[in-house]
Parts: sequence; C-alpha cells; structure tokens
Amino acid sequence: MSMLNRKTAPVITDAVKFHLDLPAHEKISLGNGVDVFLVNMGTLDTLMMNVVFYAGNCFENENLVASATNFMLKNGTRSKTAFEINEYFEYYGAYLSRHAGHETAELSLHCMNKHVSELLPAVAELISDSIFPEEELRIYKKNMQQRLQVNLRKNDFVASRIIDAYLFGEKHPYGRYSTASDYEALQVDQLRSFYNDYYRQGRCMIFVAGLLPADMNAQIEKHFGTLPFGGSSRQLIPAMPVHPAEQKKYRLVNDPDGVQGAIRVARNFPNRHHPDFQKMLVLNNLFGGFFGSRLMANIREDKGYTYGIHSYLTNLIQESSLMISTEAGKEVSEDTLKEVYIEMKRLCDEPVPEEELQTTRNFMIGTLLGDLDGPFQVAGRWKSLVLNGLTEDYFYRGVDTIKTIKPRDLQELANKYLRADDFYELVVV
Amino acid sequence: MPIQFKKFTLSNGLRFVVHEDHSTPMAVLNVLYDVGARDENPSQTGFAHLFEHLMFGGSVNISDFETPLQMAGGENNAFTTNDLTNYYIQLPAENIETAFWLESDRMLSLAFSEKSLDVQRKVVSEEFKEHYINRPYGDVWFKLRELAYKVHPYRWMTIGKELSHIENAKLPDVKRFFFRHYCPANAILVVAGNIKTDQALALAEKWFGSIPAGEKYLREIPAEPAQLNARKIDVKADVPLDALYKAYHVGSRTDNSYYAMDLITEVLGGGGSSRLFQSLVKEKKLFSNIECYHTGSSDPGLLVIEGKLIKGVPMENADLAIEEELNKLSSGKIEEKELVKVKNKTESAILFEDMGLMNRASNLAMYELMGDAEFMNTELQKYKDVSSEEILAESLLVFDEKNSSSLFYYSNN
Repeated sequence: MSMLNRKTAPVITDAVKFHLDLPAHEKISLGNGVDVFLVNMGTLDTLMMNVVFYAGNCFENENLVASATNFMLKNGTRSKTAFEINEYFEYYGAYLSRHAGHETAELSLHCMNKHVSELLPAVAELISDSIFPEEELRIYKKNMQQRLQVNLRKNDFVASRIIDAYLFGEKHPYGRYSTASDYEALQVDQLRSFYNDYYRQGRCMIFVAGLLPADMNAQIEKHFGTLPFGGSSRQLIPAMPVHPAEQKKYRLVNDPDGVQGAIRVARNFPNRHHPDFQKMLVLNNLFGGFFGSRLMANIREDKGYTYGIHSYLTNLIQESSLMISTEAGKEVSEDTLKEVYIEMKRLCDEPVPEEELQTTRNFMIGTLLGDLDGPFQVAGRWKSLVLNGLTEDYFYRGVDTIKTIKPRDLQELANKYLRADDFYELVVV
Repeated sequence: MPIQFKKFTLSNGLRFVVHEDHSTPMAVLNVLYDVGARDENPSQTGFAHLFEHLMFGGSVNISDFETPLQMAGGENNAFTTNDLTNYYIQLPAENIETAFWLESDRMLSLAFSEKSLDVQRKVVSEEFKEHYINRPYGDVWFKLRELAYKVHPYRWMTIGKELSHIENAKLPDVKRFFFRHYCPANAILVVAGNIKTDQALALAEKWFGSIPAGEKYLREIPAEPAQLNARKIDVKADVPLDALYKAYHVGSRTDNSYYAMDLITEVLGGGGSSRLFQSLVKEKKLFSNIECYHTGSSDPGLLVIEGKLIKGVPMENADLAIEEELNKLSSGKIEEKELVKVKNKTESAILFEDMGLMNRASNLAMYELMGDAEFMNTELQKYKDVSSEEILAESLLVFDEKNSSSLFYYSNN
C-alpha cells in the first residue's frame, strides 16, 4: 500500500458541474378559486401545509393589528376554547404555528399523514370561525408587553428594530416596531374586523408538501374549497413608499453596564426583480455570507472582535436591504466598523481572485443542493417564488449567475453598492 | 420505519456507523468525541468548548480547514455539551472523501498554532459576553447549576465558570487535552447519505485506519450525592421582571425512568395545552410564560421549570402555584387521553427530527455513545410502553420538596 498523502486534497467534482433541479409542483384551483401548490415527494409519512393570506402588517390601520390577529387565530372559535384548540392539535402530535409578515400572514401545520383527515377540518375552522375572545386578548396584551420589556434590554433586539426604521421609515410596514402602548391600544373589534376582511373573506393560497396521501387533493377541496375566500381590491398590496432617515450614523446607549455593542451597517437595496439582485447574492456571500467570508475571516478569525459577523440581503418583497450584523466587544466596536469598511473598499478596489470566487461558487451550489433536500424545503422555494411574483426561470437564472459571474462583474457591483457613504451605521451599547 | 445502518470497528478501535440514504444527493460525516465539560479540571472550565474552536484552526497536514471544504461545496459546524463534543460536515455526496480527509487529519493531530489559540480565546470571550453577560437573566444557569450540583462537574457551564479560565488557557494545556481525548479510542464516526457501505468503509479505513488508537479515557467523576434538603437562593438584578426557576434531580439519559420523566415535562410544559401553561398563564395569570424541560444528560440530570412572573405577583404565590400543579401529578394517575397526547407528540417529534440527514447522523452517533446505535430504533417503543403508574411513581420521586433547588430572581426596578 502506498503511503497516504495527507497534504493534498482528494479530487473533487466542482459543484458548478452539479445539475440543480427544482422539483416540480402540482397546482390546482379549488372551487372558490384558491390556488393550491403541492410538492409530492419525500420518504417519510409526514406533511406540511402552509395556508397563506394577504394579511400582513401592510394592511393594518393601527400598529400590531395584523400580528395580533394572526397570533390569536388559535385562541378560540365558536365551538372550541383556546385550550381545546391546542389540545386537539397536540393530541394528534401536530404542530400548528402561525407567522405574520409584512405582506402575508400564515398558519402552518406539520403532522403525520395518518392524522391529516382529523386535522384539516380543524385548520379550516380556525380560518373561518375564530371569535377573538376579550379575555384572550387581555392575556395576550399583558404577556406581549412583558416580553417586549425583556427584549428591550437586549441591545441586539433594539438595534434590529431601529435600523429598519432608519432604512424604511418609522411608519413604513418594514420599519414599524411595537411599543407597550401599541399593545395596550389593541381592541377585539379591530381584530375581528381585520380577520373578516383578510382571512375569512381574504385572499388565500395554500402550499402543501410531503409524501402526500392519495386523496390529499380531494381532502383540501372538501375542507377549504367552499370557504368564502374571494378577495377584492382591498387585499392587493398597497404602494409603500420608503422614507429613509437623513442622518446616517448613530450611537445609542441602551445598557450603561453593557459589555458589547450591537452593530448594524445597512443600506437600502432593490428587490428580487432588479437585475443586480442575484449577482449581489454572490458578492454578499463572499463578503459576509458564510463562515469563510471576508468579514468572518478578518473580524472573527483574525482579530477575534466578535463571536460572529454576517451580511445578508433581507428577505423582503417590495424592497430589500443589505445588512451587516454583529455583536462585538464594547472596546472594539469602532474598530469592527473600521474593518467592515476596509473590507468593502477592498472589494471595490481589487478584483476578487479567481480561486476565491470558485470557492464561493462551489459553496453556494453545494449548499443550494442541500437546501433543496426534502419536500418542505422544495415547497419553501416555490412559495418564495410565488409570493415574490417570480417563476422558476428566476431559480435557474440564479444558479446560472453563480456559475458564470466574473470578478469584474463583482467589482462593478461592489463599486455600485458597497460605498461606505451609502450605509447607515448603528451601534447600540 | 426503522433507520437502516451498519456498524463496524476499525482496527484502531474507532467505532464506525454507516447509514445509506439514496433519496438525497448529500452526505454527512459526523465525528463525536466522548469528551465534554464534565471532563474538565475545576480550575480550567470551558476548556472542552474552547478546544472545539481550536479544531478549526488548522491540523497537522492541512493549514486551512474551511477553504477546501467550501471548495468541495460543503458546510460544517460543531457543538460542545457537558457530556460530548460533536463535529459534522455536510456536502454533495460525490465529494465525501474531502470530509474524510479533513476530519481524519484533525483526529491525527492539530497544528497547535499560538495565533489560533490567541484569537479563539478572544472569540470565545465574546461568545461568553454575547450569551451570558450582555443579556438579561444571562447568569441564571451559572447560579442554578451551582445550586443543584455540589460535587459533580455539571456544576459549571459548558462555556466555562468564569471568563478568566478561558483567558488563561495555554498551549501546553491544549496539547494535553488533545492527546488525552481526541483519538480513535474515544470517538465515534458516522457517515450518512448517498453513499454505499463498502465505499464508506474503504474510505474510513483509508483515512482513519492508520491513526494511532490512543488510550480509552476512563472518567472518574464523583457522583452527585442525593439532595437531602430543599435549596433556595434569592438574586436581585437589573432585569425588568421577576423570574422563578426550580430544578429537580432526575435520572440519567440511560436510566429506565428517562422516558416517564421526559413525558412528564411534556405534560407540564409542552405546548399550549400543557398543564403549567393552561393553569398558571391562562387561568391564574401568575406568569407571562412558563416552561418545563430537562437537561437529558449522560449523568443524572435536572428537570427544570422556569417562568417570568406577571408584574405584581408575589414570588411566594407563584412558587406555591407551581407546587400545587406538581402535587396534582404526584397524587394521582393522569388520564389516558393526556398520556396518549404526550406520546403522540413524542412520536411526531421523533419522526420530524429524523427527516434531516444531519440529525440522523448525529443521533446515530449519540445512541452509539449511549451503548448502541440501534437504540435509535427502539426509542419510540420505550415511550409507548410508559404507563400512567410509572408517570405517577416518577412524579412522586422527583417532585419531592427536598429534591428541589429554587432560584428566586428578583427585578430590582
């Protein structure tokens, strides 16, 4: 046997040679016009169902109505108390979660296939027959106010909300944040009315994934196909002009005894429809998108200023932002900022070496392959395409961009989008 | 459906498990080292975790761990607990050999670079600050562990007892730790995903087979003596709300009582229909949130109840209300329906957890550490076999006031 050579890496297949497929979905329309997207694949008898409504905070007239309505979908129907609802889903080992975003809000069911026929009617009940009891809202308000009080002591939490207000404006759905008095002002009538307009009679779409039972389509039609969804112009996403703050640099004191600063460096960025968006994903990846990125290599692995530093394009539909986020020692916060700008400038001034770009390409394709592994992940991709008004071409263009982008394209992008003067800068200590 | 796998032991004693799954294009290589914070010297706590960071600072033949892995389309991470340290790499299955190459070289030996130690001491100090200092209630677990454990090394946190222990770590300590714990005799290797067993075995032999076995580390950890009296401490801190923490000693992960105990935490704190949430948050409105969980540790662990009090509720009332709920559990059998509910939840949790390839790989390693990877397939039946009598007996044993450690955490504003 020849001596093992441990110095040389084994031969690899360049990930760019991998063929990436977005597995197909089936789309059906229910009797009431609701579109259902089904991804039928997998190896285990489990499934996931997202019921998505155009009921995000861009539709609310008073702050927090959208998120409170979404949260309280589980807190009482005409025939079940909050306890009975929870007990029902938990009895079948199912998880029912809810989430409210800016444009849409949803209910998600994860369950074992064998219980789906018991669970679908219960989900349908929540979106057609919720009553929003006064007492439940009182408890919700109190508990959320207390949770907010604790979160406001975390510099990281404070920085996250304030930076969005700078980027989009304090009144914008993306920049608005919660206060104790906003919670206090919530009334059941607002929730009931919002529920009626944006859930019961709202604009709905459904995403289902898993190794689906043979009669899945029929079951969905039976339980969701006759609900009074419809939608009208009321549920079309309104225009949302952004009002970025004029001042760019901020230093806030939140905790006088704090030992770290929560740092955000961010700029507005166009949405996924802009031709630079997918290219920027590549540039961002090598800038601060993963463990081997330049920000991590410099600020964590060389200087040890932080446990982690990341940059990312925020997952927003109308307009995105490029965000750099970290918590660094109080005494090295300013040095951390300096290094962030040094890394931006390097990308502007010097072309990315071919080998670094190849590493980034392979990493992005390799992780994309992993991210598509499983029915829920595939359905998540489709959902993102549909909600952003994109088709599968976008997915394949993105793969192609990763495989073919050149160092000079990246340098051009850096000079367009990584100019220090365009960034908001916030340190909360 | 049982998880299929094959087990081998290489000639140097390295335990090796292969799980084939040809429905995925990916593969995972998972290496578990049988060393955690419980194996640390009391004056050098936090070392196992600091060491985990150093495992990314270059090995004897490979100066840079990350770049070749990324070039192969892979990603990786690691975690340290009080009991073990686990490393995993996921990458496209075609490139699995890169993972064998990287992991075997750092099992062979590290580069032991002064620069890496210097930087990672700082990184871990920032991690310490981020999670435990610069955060309301961040010091709770330091205090709770010290209250509940007087002898056993579970009395300190994985991150370390204090920052100075990490700041004072020296290179000779790093080397000693490596050669004592990081060798085939103390490791379990798992490969999972789109790979054939014979190919996996050939790669394991090629890359790991020639690493010197090392010595099996035999831990001599003093058992925590039975607690004879209720313990309680008061803390005052600059936090917005009063909070209450109660810890009870329970058995180890391999104890027969584990399954009943795990289900008890579900009955008490698992979700919107759990007893503590329904009674204390919704009906009595004493807490704004309450949780019940356990540490699931290799040596006897803790069952913990923690909650934040509604402003104005006296701590003693909140404490009494928790004890009332615990008394209900230890004074009568639970209803069949409630037992079925927590069993169904557990079945579902296991099924969903097993969907991920990475979880399957690390679980196989952990069950093998517990005695046999096959336990992964017999686990669910052990939950199904738990009777309401066993729940009652376990509740009686655990929820004895003498077995409790209470931390009353007061807001000073």
